[in-house]
Amino acid sequence: MTTTTIDDAPFIEPSATAPRNYLNDEYGVLSWLLTRDHKRIAVLYAISVTVFFMVGGIIAFMMRLELLTPEGDLFTSDTYNKLFTLHGIVMIFFFLIPAIPAVLGNFILPIMLGAKDLAFPKINLLSWYIYMIGGSFGIYVIITGGVDTGWTFYTPFSTQYSNTHVFAVTLGAFITGFSSILTGLNFLVTIHRMRAPGLTWFRLPLFVWSMYATSVVIMLATPVLAITLVLLMVERTLHVGIFDPALGGDPVLYQHMFWFYSHPAVYIMILPGMAVISECVAAFTRKKIFGYKFVAFSSLAIAFLGFLVWAHHLFVAGISIYSAMVFSFLSMIVAVPSAIKVFNWTATMYRASVSWQTPMLYVLGFIGLFTIGGVTGLFLAALGIDVHVHDSYFVVAHFHYIMVGGTIMAYLAGIHYWWPKITGRMYPEWWARLSALLVFVGFNLTFFPQFLVGYVGMPRRYHAYAPEFQVLNVLSTAGATILAAGYLLPMIYLFWSLKFGRKAGTNPWGAVGLEWATSSPPPKENFHETPVVTWEAYDYPAFLKAMRETQHG
Amino acid sequence: MMLSDFPLFPEAASSVAKYVDGLYLALILLTGTVSLLIWAAIFYLAIKYRRRPDNELAQEQEPPAALEMTWIVVPTIIFLAIFVAGAWVYFRIQRVPTNALEVYATGRQWMWKFQHTTGQREINTLHVPVNRPVKITMASEDVIHSLWFPAFRVKNDVLPNRYRTLWFQATKTGRFHIFCAEYCGTLHSGMIGWVEVMEPTEYQKWLAGGSEGSLATQGEQLFQKLACATCHTNDATGRGPVLAGIVGKQVPLADGHSVIADDNYLRESILNPTAKVAAGFQPIMPAFQGQVSEEDLIRLIAFVKTMQPATNVAPPQQPRNP
Repeated sequence: MTTTTIDDAPFIEPSATAPRNYLNDEYGVLSWLLTRDHKRIAVLYAISVTVFFMVGGIIAFMMRLELLTPEGDLFTSDTYNKLFTLHGIVMIFFFLIPAIPAVLGNFILPIMLGAKDLAFPKINLLSWYIYMIGGSFGIYVIITGGVDTGWTFYTPFSTQYSNTHVFAVTLGAFITGFSSILTGLNFLVTIHRMRAPGLTWFRLPLFVWSMYATSVVIMLATPVLAITLVLLMVERTLHVGIFDPALGGDPVLYQHMFWFYSHPAVYIMILPGMAVISECVAAFTRKKIFGYKFVAFSSLAIAFLGFLVWAHHLFVAGISIYSAMVFSFLSMIVAVPSAIKVFNWTATMYRASVSWQTPMLYVLGFIGLFTIGGVTGLFLAALGIDVHVHDSYFVVAHFHYIMVGGTIMAYLAGIHYWWPKITGRMYPEWWARLSALLVFVGFNLTFFPQFLVGYVGMPRRYHAYAPEFQVLNVLSTAGATILAAGYLLPMIYLFWSLKFGRKAGTNPWGAVGLEWATSSPPPKENFHETPVVTWEAYDYPAFLKAMRETQHG
Repeated sequence: MMLSDFPLFPEAASSVAKYVDGLYLALILLTGTVSLLIWAAIFYLAIKYRRRPDNELAQEQEPPAALEMTWIVVPTIIFLAIFVAGAWVYFRIQRVPTNALEVYATGRQWMWKFQHTTGQREINTLHVPVNRPVKITMASEDVIHSLWFPAFRVKNDVLPNRYRTLWFQATKTGRFHIFCAEYCGTLHSGMIGWVEVMEPTEYQKWLAGGSEGSLATQGEQLFQKLACATCHTNDATGRGPVLAGIVGKQVPLADGHSVIADDNYLRESILNPTAKVAAGFQPIMPAFQGQVSEEDLIRLIAFVKTMQPATNVAPPQQPRNP
């Protein structure tokens, strides 16, 4: 930021009774739909991803109801196949991938950098519209009869055998990919070019490092998905042989191309979660993150190594023994930077001032669940075990521990942590703690039995199953009920808090970071004057001193 | 409730099951201990250093930096040890014993078809003898399937464009699940069956039951019916290569490369003969893609494997070095 002229800045104090902020700066539907303010775009995203989360969640609950009994008695097989397909597509493409970057990243990243907005505000708005167009293809497909390929669209089933809306839904995923790419581009340029004076790379909050790594993965991997989906659509509509052996193609080629994107996509989903966790750990221990540089570089290491492990999805799909060995080895290596983060977050609590407020409860839950998700990844990377558990419920449990136990816990931690900043209101602490507890208990009851039933032999994507798997499935469905309550509660009390929540003030947590140096909600320009950063990341004494000087000076 | 209603392990009924289960249990023990230690540390620290009036701000006292290197190096070593153990088990699962009994499997939406060399044909049921290695060569008629025997701890995807194999040696008689593990459409969860592991004597009795002649005999009839013998004569005068004794041999190709004449090469050469033309021959053979079913392919290949060179003529063409 070179020039900052804010006309009305001298007249507004952060403590003024009715300060103008980004929410009341303009009114009317168009002021939202045509906004270029990253904060308003973040709110648009928040509403959209919440709708998709509810759609995906309702579908998941319908599946759990079907799986209460071994017989396929609630839905037909075709309906059930569409349910798990839509659950995967909606949750991955329309919720997990955009959730943290496009909601929390959009809102917080420019403020953390001391910038007025992202580098390309219009492109930011464009990315939301692209996302909505892609998403409306998803909704169209759900309304008009669904799709039954599984979210992975494996060929030749998807290109020659499925009679459902494969084209429309892959087109939707293809379009949504551009929304991710534009967000990634915007973040990269903003982080490079728009840091406040004094905000050097190693003073950046770890959130920014992790978002940087995420953006790199998005930019490099998403185009591969786009190519893959285009080839799939070409084969399906024009019968050009690429993947279908009947046309001279190779179905395993599709799996290589698909996972070359979709494994890095796992990191597109979890790295932003790690970004949130690093911030919350620092804020709720009031301490520097232990081993800042190790945590920062482990994000980059994950981004890099994440590109080299895709074929561990293909251990039984037709790759050679030696290829399997290489990918098993690399999959073990990619676990190291994740382990580093877990150890560093834990060590940060040593001699800290640990608060038990809701975001920290979610953080503790995240560390616990991500640990289970991580170590069960080692089971899957170990070749001899993967041959047995591949495509079983063990895999389902593993990636839900990462995606739900990891990413969604982190998202909820972040939503609670930054809620006062986004809305200017506090959420009700007691209810929030209750919901965190319900989510943790419900989650474990839902997904832990799935590890067991997977090893016993229950394949994934089964509409009906053998009777000996029933007990574990009933436990899982019971857990899903608790989990659903845990997710519904925040939707109610957060909405309630918009009107009735206690006013938050600038820095309700006593946390370090530029976002806690501006009013809540922030003014449209984020800061009344360009901040100058004089403190290292998470340096509490220095930050508090700087804040006192600003107030008195 | 009986524990048998609520199993945590599938039956262990194959020679590799003990290795897979052993590694699984070892990893549960290892990662369970580490996870418990991490949780214990989290709870201990979160309670001991909970926010109180006297520690509103953390003491900026770092744990020793050597910790950082410890938890980079130690996990790396452990992870690599897991890799080695996993690979060791994997080799046992992959390496097919040479004396294995051959069985063929065809996956299609939504059933498993099995063919025995003695000619028996079964759907969704597979009879095998106990304590003898069984090698299954398999292909799909349509989409990708995956043949999984949870009790044997083995599975492998079944592809529509080439043969893949898996093997097991059952160690217990009884009836065990067969599942399709790769999602394949409407009745994916109905693409299931049973493997019946029998005592060798029982198995012999079962084999003695009716069949339409051995696979090779069935293949020979097809070989005649499809007029393969017109060109693939048993002496070197035909327009196609002599097939007797070709299986397992190195075949020089017209483009200068060479391939081993395995199941996959024979399959491809029937379906799409121009893909890899043997050196010295014209690409004149018609493609049988779509003409010959997967099961007939298996019959033809079984016959080719049993073809004997004619005794009164020179051995089939010697491979020419390119």
